[in-house]
Amino acid sequence: MNPDTKMTQATATKTKTKTIDISGLDFYYGKTQSLKNVSLDIHDKQVTAFIGPSGCGKSTLLRTLNRMYDLYPGQRAEGSILYRGRNILEPGVDVNMLRAKVGMVFQKPTPFPMSVYDNIAFGVRLYENLSKGEMDERVEWALKKAALWTEVKDKLNKSGLSLSGGQQQRLCIARGVAVKPDVLLLDEPTSALDPISTAKIEELISELKRDYTIAIVTHNMQQAARCSDYTAYMYLGELVEFGETDQLFMNPSKKETQDYITGRFG
Amino acid sequence: MEGLVNPVYRRRLLGHRIGIALSVLAMAIGLGFLAWILSTLLVHGFGALSHKLFALDTPAPGSEGGLRNAIVGSLLMVGLSTAVSTPVGILAGMYLAEYGQDNKFAAVTRFVTDIMLSAPSIVIGLFVYALLVPRMGHFSGYAGTLALSLIAIPVVVRTTDNMLHLVPNSLLEAAFALGAPRWKVAMTVRLRAVKAGVVTGVLLAVARISGETAPLLFTALNNQFFTADMNQPMANLPVVIYRFAMSPYEDWQSIAWGAALLVTFSVLALNILSRTIFRQKSPQ
Amino acid sequence: MSAQNATVSQETSPQAALDDASAARLRKTMRTQRLQDFFFHKITLLFAASVLLVLVGIIVSLAVGAAPAFREFGAHFIARNEWDPVNDQFGALIAITGTLATSLIALLVAVPISFGIALFLTEICPAWLRRPMGTAVELLAGVPSIIYGMWGLFVFAPMFGDHVQPLLKKTLGVLPVIGPLFQGPTMGLGILTAGLILAVMIIPFIASVMRDVFEIVPAVLKESAYGLGCTRWEVVRKIVLPYTRTGVVGGVMLGLGRALGETMAVTFVIGNANELSWSLFAAGNSISSTLANEFAEASSPLHVSSLFALGLILFAITFIVLSAAKLMLLGMSRKEGVK
Repeated sequence: MNPDTKMTQATATKTKTKTIDISGLDFYYGKTQSLKNVSLDIHDKQVTAFIGPSGCGKSTLLRTLNRMYDLYPGQRAEGSILYRGRNILEPGVDVNMLRAKVGMVFQKPTPFPMSVYDNIAFGVRLYENLSKGEMDERVEWALKKAALWTEVKDKLNKSGLSLSGGQQQRLCIARGVAVKPDVLLLDEPTSALDPISTAKIEELISELKRDYTIAIVTHNMQQAARCSDYTAYMYLGELVEFGETDQLFMNPSKKETQDYITGRFG
Repeated sequence: MEGLVNPVYRRRLLGHRIGIALSVLAMAIGLGFLAWILSTLLVHGFGALSHKLFALDTPAPGSEGGLRNAIVGSLLMVGLSTAVSTPVGILAGMYLAEYGQDNKFAAVTRFVTDIMLSAPSIVIGLFVYALLVPRMGHFSGYAGTLALSLIAIPVVVRTTDNMLHLVPNSLLEAAFALGAPRWKVAMTVRLRAVKAGVVTGVLLAVARISGETAPLLFTALNNQFFTADMNQPMANLPVVIYRFAMSPYEDWQSIAWGAALLVTFSVLALNILSRTIFRQKSPQ
Repeated sequence: MSAQNATVSQETSPQAALDDASAARLRKTMRTQRLQDFFFHKITLLFAASVLLVLVGIIVSLAVGAAPAFREFGAHFIARNEWDPVNDQFGALIAITGTLATSLIALLVAVPISFGIALFLTEICPAWLRRPMGTAVELLAGVPSIIYGMWGLFVFAPMFGDHVQPLLKKTLGVLPVIGPLFQGPTMGLGILTAGLILAVMIIPFIASVMRDVFEIVPAVLKESAYGLGCTRWEVVRKIVLPYTRTGVVGGVMLGLGRALGETMAVTFVIGNANELSWSLFAAGNSISSTLANEFAEASSPLHVSSLFALGLILFAITFIVLSAAKLMLLGMSRKEGVK
């Protein structure tokens, strides 16, 4: 079949296309192998959650998706990660460009040592040439998307470090969406926050998924059950089970998954 | 209580008490010298302080004079050295922090920088002399500036390198995650995060070179007259102190004390200022 | 719109035209960024390399300047006891002896005092007093060396010559073996005075390195000793010192390195005599004071070259001492764990 037709068919039916197709992924920290033959798909405009006990490799997996591990010599990935048809593990890929399309929010809020406005504008200025008015609009839009606008609209010139923890994390989310990425990777985004901020961010996630493909790592199973459409359960670097969230939680096909979910282990 | 009667313990306690007493004595000695030196400066130098010190140039023995040319000369040379050594030092420090992990060249550079920090400053003076003075045919403020810069640069490199290393990885990753190129992360996120520390390093370098005499002895030399022309031998406070203090003339000696007071208190003020900035503006 | 155009930002057909333009823009940005990264790396590398270049430059220029002297007097120059500018006869022994003697005296006096200060600051000082005390010590380090020289010449040396030296002469000067060290005219200026001034100068350096090194000792280690009932002094002697031995030696050598190269403080009080004598009270010369005094007026090429030779020797000694110090301190930080 003609590849064009195939593509049009897929989008026409608006079913879940694969934005990221991981197959046979291995990861090594020096000599230690921490991901073994992982294969799964991340679907377009859906939330995919990664759960599992500490050390199972879920954060490692997330960090391969934007080649964050590149910063550290001695860490390497083998296998294939197809992002929109292109294997991002190949040598010719421009990593900065990839990261502009695949954004990441970290566990610990990391506001830059700049004003709130500049924090958001930083990423935008990297790839776009906006006038002052356009930038103002973009900043406002991003802050609204992150449900932070009303709280900071009078404080745009204040340092990003002057916000509370929950606000800082939402600032980081705003920063991530301001560049209009394709995919958002969230690495335990609420584990450093109080319950109210956590609830706000979970609400945010269900709204953001209308526009972005989201992959979220969480150690909180209930969060995964609440927020995600697909869930992957990992253990010791291997993908134990992957499927639609409701399916996985109510009727897991593997005993190990069942044990983890019911708290018998982990 | 059995403890205090036990002879073994009593001996140990005595040893402990003597040790502590000696240690307190050592601290007192150190503080005592500081107080002695500072009070000497105040006593001898205060009398020389007057508006004449700032209005007149260095005199011939027996006539009236001040330190105007020396003050201006020092300000010019220290200022130009700072302007040169700050960017060089910061960028070199950035190289070490950004690219210096498993890099042999960076390791060697760091080692050499630390050695240069404590190297004899008179040898630096000799080097700059050999490099510039015969070629130019005369001593000059520029040569003096170069010598001072060579002393200041290792200080700035060291502090910048140390400071940049304090920036947590998570902050850098957040910038990279947005697709920022390496140079931008280094200059706008990493450097900015430790701005205060880097400024402190620069101030400490300035304090250091403000008081240096040896490197100027064969480069800028000295000048009895006022000149703002860096291409000429240039008057400066440290060399004036040297010449005038070791002379047999009392009025020269008095001016030397005045200069010593000015130099010391500027240097100490810079030291205190840099520490205060560091403490206040440091994000940690 | 061909689906074969595999850029990273390929989307479905209706979006394609828009994304083509933005893809081209992005590619241009990519290129600019790569260029910027390239220049950033090269420029910072250049500046980092400049430090190494300076080192090489110093060694080369000193060697070139010193060559005539070594050619004239041979390697024996280092041991020649002769410094006569009038007759163009030079040898480094006087200056080297002065440098080594003053530095040695400085170390002997400074090390115990620095140790005491470091101990005080880390173990004994009450917390609220720590910062001002620490700052005071660091201010002592900040005082320019020429000020030490002036203070030494006008205040310390006269006092020393009038009161302390006669005392030393009467007490230590009559002892066998070390007696001759404390004989001779008590004019206040001389090797001993210079050594003592140097001591005051290097105390803050050594104290500060020792203090940093003492603070590395893990609290649990000390607490285990206290838990057994050790007194504070014993904890220091039995736990802290052995643990930090390498670092302490490194700190001492750092101080030595500084003392060897110190110019102005020494020049003011060493007396500037080109003679060797057994008495510590006698005037002498160090390498740096010789350079400071004579370089500007040296006329004969051999004189100038001999001065360069002295500079080369000083640089070599200092370089070796400081390298050794650095290696020891690196060994200490390895114990702390890679940062």
